[in-house]
Amino acid sequence: MSIQIRFKIDRGEFVLDVDMEIPDRGITAVFGPSGCGKTTLLRAIAGLEPCHDGYLRVGEMLWQDGAFFVPPHKRPLGYVFQEASLFAHLNVCRNLEYGIKRVPASQRRVSLHKAIELLGIGPLLEHTAGQLSGGERQRVAIARALAVSPGILLMDEPLAALDQARKQEILPYLESLHDEFDIPVIYVSHSQDEVARLADHLVLLEAGRVRATGPIGEMLTRLDLPLAYGNDAEALIEAVVAGHDDEYDLTLLDFSGGRFTVSRHDLPVGHPVRVRVIARDVSLTLEHQSGTSILNIFPATIEEITPAGSAQMMIKLMSGDVTLLARVTRKSASVLDLKPGKLVYAQAKSVALLS
Amino acid sequence: MLNDADLAAIAITLKLAATTTLILLLLGTPFAWWLAHTRWRYKFMLEAVVALPLVLPPTVLGFYLLVALGPQGPVGGLLEHLGGQPLVFTFTGLVIGSVLYSMPFVVQPLQGAFASIGPRPMEVAATLRASPLDRFFTVAVPLARSGFLTAAVLGFAHTVGEFGVVLMIGGNIPGQTQVLSIAIYDHVEVLEYGHAHWLSGGLLLASFLMLMAVYALNRRFSLVRP
Repeated sequence: MSIQIRFKIDRGEFVLDVDMEIPDRGITAVFGPSGCGKTTLLRAIAGLEPCHDGYLRVGEMLWQDGAFFVPPHKRPLGYVFQEASLFAHLNVCRNLEYGIKRVPASQRRVSLHKAIELLGIGPLLEHTAGQLSGGERQRVAIARALAVSPGILLMDEPLAALDQARKQEILPYLESLHDEFDIPVIYVSHSQDEVARLADHLVLLEAGRVRATGPIGEMLTRLDLPLAYGNDAEALIEAVVAGHDDEYDLTLLDFSGGRFTVSRHDLPVGHPVRVRVIARDVSLTLEHQSGTSILNIFPATIEEITPAGSAQMMIKLMSGDVTLLARVTRKSASVLDLKPGKLVYAQAKSVALLS
Repeated sequence: MLNDADLAAIAITLKLAATTTLILLLLGTPFAWWLAHTRWRYKFMLEAVVALPLVLPPTVLGFYLLVALGPQGPVGGLLEHLGGQPLVFTFTGLVIGSVLYSMPFVVQPLQGAFASIGPRPMEVAATLRASPLDRFFTVAVPLARSGFLTAAVLGFAHTVGEFGVVLMIGGNIPGQTQVLSIAIYDHVEVLEYGHAHWLSGGLLLASFLMLMAVYALNRRFSLVRP
């Protein structure tokens, strides 16, 4: 099953015109610059945005088809707004209970207890919204949305209104959503970092239209999309913990193209992890270097080369069945005679574990 | 001190104010909600109509009511045709006049309170499965409670203080339509200053206490808001 979305919303100066199908599992990020229509799209999915021309089917549930329209309160969804929007007249506990009370007992699959525990808000239950910090408020809002046992969770930049420290406070909770609940999530964001950490699937929105959609790893390394040309252009690699090096305090991660060595993370062997390799941290050599401090070196084949600005080239590499990006100067590309099909060695100066 | 007519006037005044406030809250709440949310382009005309009693001399409103409700007027005539009694010089007539006269004091605070909630809490409630009526009573009403308090007290106090409309359509019948403000006027006319003092002083004190309660409670409400 999947989620089928077709909306056309005309606001004069702004037109949202989307027609797409996304998987109904995992986290799908809707990514794009401010004003591209991400929030409008999410609100239309929830039924909060009047839209007379649309079609929306979530799994087996038809929510909208032209004049047929299921009102928001009859859609089994959870919605997390950019600002936490807790009810000011209720304390945390009553905020959490507000939705649950309106869900028939037979449809409750997420226990309130589990939502409270997962978001770490047990000690806050008697507080009013005004007594909470921004991060705490947003955690309560996420728990409140989860507690109605939604068939789909819609999140509108839940971290955008928070400072960096608060973001770091909440991100682990969002990551655990993925593992703990089998609820599809549509996550609106303009932060590539959040998207890289959380998403399985990416919808790239530009000026109210879908530019491209696909699995996150594939989308980030597509050289025909702007994602590969930002300063943080990156490749995501799914790997598993292969073991630890006790002598040097390192962790070894296996992927199909080889083995990463990173600083030690206390994770069990076999644990799946997501690894980020930033394009500007990858350099290329024609022979396997020996006298180098770089640990992560992999043989790779050049797939595609495109200019990135006037002085640099973006190079897409395949190592095993994993895609990597490398950003090198145009001069280096010329000196090394880099071209598609050529075998090179990719040296990753730094490799980051995301989860 | 107070004679029987004075006590009757006090009772009628309280009954009139309570009835008027209740009717205004019942009718004014949906009306204020609609005013706060409609995108109808001509809503400003209705807002102006609601505000009219703030600026019109009460005698003007009273005069038109007298004409409309009297036996020759459209409403009074219709009632008479249907076998009823005209409404002028009756308590019901007073209630109708007071509802119109005190309307802005109830509708405006409610409209302001509803507007200041903004759309977001209602949207949140919708995503938490609350139907429109459910979210109105469980979210909008509690969040607008200071507006309700202000509306109720101002509507009540303003009805207690009305004079001109009552004078025009009430007929000043002791024990039936004679309210406090008019009783005071009558006392002064016949130089019974003692009675006038008691009634005026009592009204002054009661009004002051009511308003003070509103402002004190609103202050508390605004403190618990985030």
